[in-house]
Amino acid sequence: MSPNTPPPFDEERLGELLGLLPPAPRGWTLAAQELPAARRELDEIVELARADAEFRRRLMADLEAALATAGYETRAELLAAVRARLPELG
Amino acid sequence: MSIEVTDAQLVERCRAGEAAAWNELVERFSRYVYAIAVRAFRLPEHDAEDVFQDVFARTYERLDSLRDDAAIRPWIAQLTRNACIDRLRAGGREESTAEPFEWANDAAIEQLDEALTVQEGLHALSPNCREVLDRFFARDESYRTIAEALGLPPGTIASRISRCLGKLRAELEGRNSGSAPSEEW
Repeated sequence: MSPNTPPPFDEERLGELLGLLPPAPRGWTLAAQELPAARRELDEIVELARADAEFRRRLMADLEAALATAGYETRAELLAAVRARLPELG
Repeated sequence: MSIEVTDAQLVERCRAGEAAAWNELVERFSRYVYAIAVRAFRLPEHDAEDVFQDVFARTYERLDSLRDDAAIRPWIAQLTRNACIDRLRAGGREESTAEPFEWANDAAIEQLDEALTVQEGLHALSPNCREVLDRFFARDESYRTIAEALGLPPGTIASRISRCLGKLRAELEGRNSGSAPSEEW
């Protein structure tokens, strides 16, 4: 066997390798899975703000209240994401 | 080795906007990304969480730039490595070691790559075998906990683990290729 050849899959080694990959915390995985929906929601808010000057003004004045009034769940991640996009709205 | 949907097929379905495919992609690589962050780079949990979310955000945003759909695994590994190095640099922790992190973690990542191959091999086993091996080795559960969860006598867990490891080994060595996973042990 060359020095670079991995050891054969004896059962002890299989156990060790399985032990190297514990599950990630469930909440992390769920948050990553929700990413596409979160992006769609963010894009929708940005589009709405571009099209509706009054909504845009309310967003700039009080982000959380404006989103809540528009029916969005004001999660911390959504607030941070919208806040990061505010400069592009002018 | 059998896995229901190949990485390339999964990437293609993600690009087509299938929500279930994205969920499966995250599920498939979540342990790998997590392990690179906490084992290979030894990031604390709060940094690892940021890296984890950052890697999947970049994966989602840049999936169209992946040239070879079958190469999603090394691509995600590279994204994770880069995110970990950025995090360590931001925290000013890189200078505290003799070797740059780029080099120090190659062996650890190679080992995790091998571990992921073994993990994928579990899909060829029965759900019972998959669960008992995952609970014992990856989740570090005791015989008693596994027995209670699966409704089995505790005295049978060790022999079931041994039998399932034998099946996994046969699968990885190609001795079971092509056979469908059994519902039994």
